[in-house]
Amino acid sequence: MSTPAKAELRKTALNSKHRRMSAKMVDFGGWDMPVEYSGILAEHEAVRTRVGLFDVSHMGEIEIKGAQALALVQHVTCNDASKLSVGQAHYSGLMTPKGTFVDDLLVHKFSDTHYFLCVNASNQDRDYAHIVEHNKFGATVENAGGRYAQIAIQGPRALELLQRLTETPLDPIKYYWFTRGIVEAVHCIIARTGYTGEDGFEIYFEPEFAEKLWDALMDSGKDLGVMACGLGARNTLRLEAGMALYGHEIDDTTTPWEANLGWICKVEKGDFLGRDLLIKQKASGVTRALAGFQMESRLIARDGYAVLNGERAIGTVTSGGPAPFLKKNIGFAYVPPAINKLGTKIGIEVRSQAAPAKVVSVPFYKRAK
Amino acid sequence: MYPADFRYTKDHEWVQITGSVGTIGITDYAQHALGDVVFVELPKVGAKVKAGDVLGAVESVKAVSEVFSPVTGEVTEVNSDLSTAPEKINQDPHRSAWLAKIKIENASEASKLMDAKTYTEYVAEKEKEQTA
Repeated sequence: MSTPAKAELRKTALNSKHRRMSAKMVDFGGWDMPVEYSGILAEHEAVRTRVGLFDVSHMGEIEIKGAQALALVQHVTCNDASKLSVGQAHYSGLMTPKGTFVDDLLVHKFSDTHYFLCVNASNQDRDYAHIVEHNKFGATVENAGGRYAQIAIQGPRALELLQRLTETPLDPIKYYWFTRGIVEAVHCIIARTGYTGEDGFEIYFEPEFAEKLWDALMDSGKDLGVMACGLGARNTLRLEAGMALYGHEIDDTTTPWEANLGWICKVEKGDFLGRDLLIKQKASGVTRALAGFQMESRLIARDGYAVLNGERAIGTVTSGGPAPFLKKNIGFAYVPPAINKLGTKIGIEVRSQAAPAKVVSVPFYKRAK
Repeated sequence: MYPADFRYTKDHEWVQITGSVGTIGITDYAQHALGDVVFVELPKVGAKVKAGDVLGAVESVKAVSEVFSPVTGEVTEVNSDLSTAPEKINQDPHRSAWLAKIKIENASEASKLMDAKTYTEYVAEKEKEQTA
């Protein structure tokens, strides 16, 4: 596969803003995105202790409408969307017929005839094609990514910051619920969701207002210590919080049972893509399981490193690196289920040495309620 | 920015040669590309390395980068301050955050490496590619 030339990289509505802020930019799945502004450690710290802003406009949005909207959502995803109330969202998986992940996503219920999906940037076109292909119900499906910019406001002061710019009362919005509201005269979807392990909001709005909202949030949050945060901190925050990343912990070869995501796989809800195979796998048991581990020396595990049991390679690290807030080095790896027990000693092959590690509970970090 | 008395590799190491001793580190360009450095793996004193061999590793939050020796010789000293303060690599890559000293076998080897002017042009070209 060839990497597209720089000129072909997709840009969010905040691209020139990031460049003016001297962000370090990277090609992230075909998108020209900021990886860091002032440094990953400082940005990570800002989100854990204060508040950080992320441009996540590269994320895809897919809208499903019509009388058969729920039927289609239920058919292609593994969580039970019939349990959602209007204004509620949940985490789910977009399934292949084999019960593996096309993508992971958030499903928001606007009404009985309108569901709003937020999907991964680099998967959005494939997700859309997949949903259309399996739309035997006649629901209306729109690949709506171009109509939305998205900013994530994350951290213990996120509510305080966003509340300064909107009359919509934010405190009553519960975790994984959302509402429509006006922020700085801009119509937004305001969702209390995030990918950092902190309290916070994700707001969706028309791209033309992206700079205005970004600037308003940065200016208004100065006294709160707000920081612009890039994809680097987004990754360390989600890893520390024990959240899966598509292409790492999950992909089209992994099932929810293997990925420790049984809580979003509701086989009892009725038929959906991959259900038969998922029921079979649940009965027969998985042959590999996603384990969280912590390094017991200062060596750092990285994506792709081998997991060792004695001399023998028994698995692969899917994500590994420092957990800046915990000040530990952590990771996820697929291992045989017998190994996936708290406290089990494993090795991680770091530059031809077996670095000691042990299986620990996930999430690695959990915020105080 | 890049000291005139250093020589530079394409992999962004520098070497400063004083008599038969080469002091080795990574360049400002390298530390900036890596971001926050959190761990440095140093070679063992007494280790014999050839030019191009792995000398150690510098790990930032997001990536690991191997350090290749610019010259052939024997490691005589390592900068153990970096074990407790790896962030010095970000703060002072060309001076206090040197990684290792090597007793050089063949002083003429370093003359094949880039001088400061050539290296400055080399990284300017890299930066241009980045922002294109």
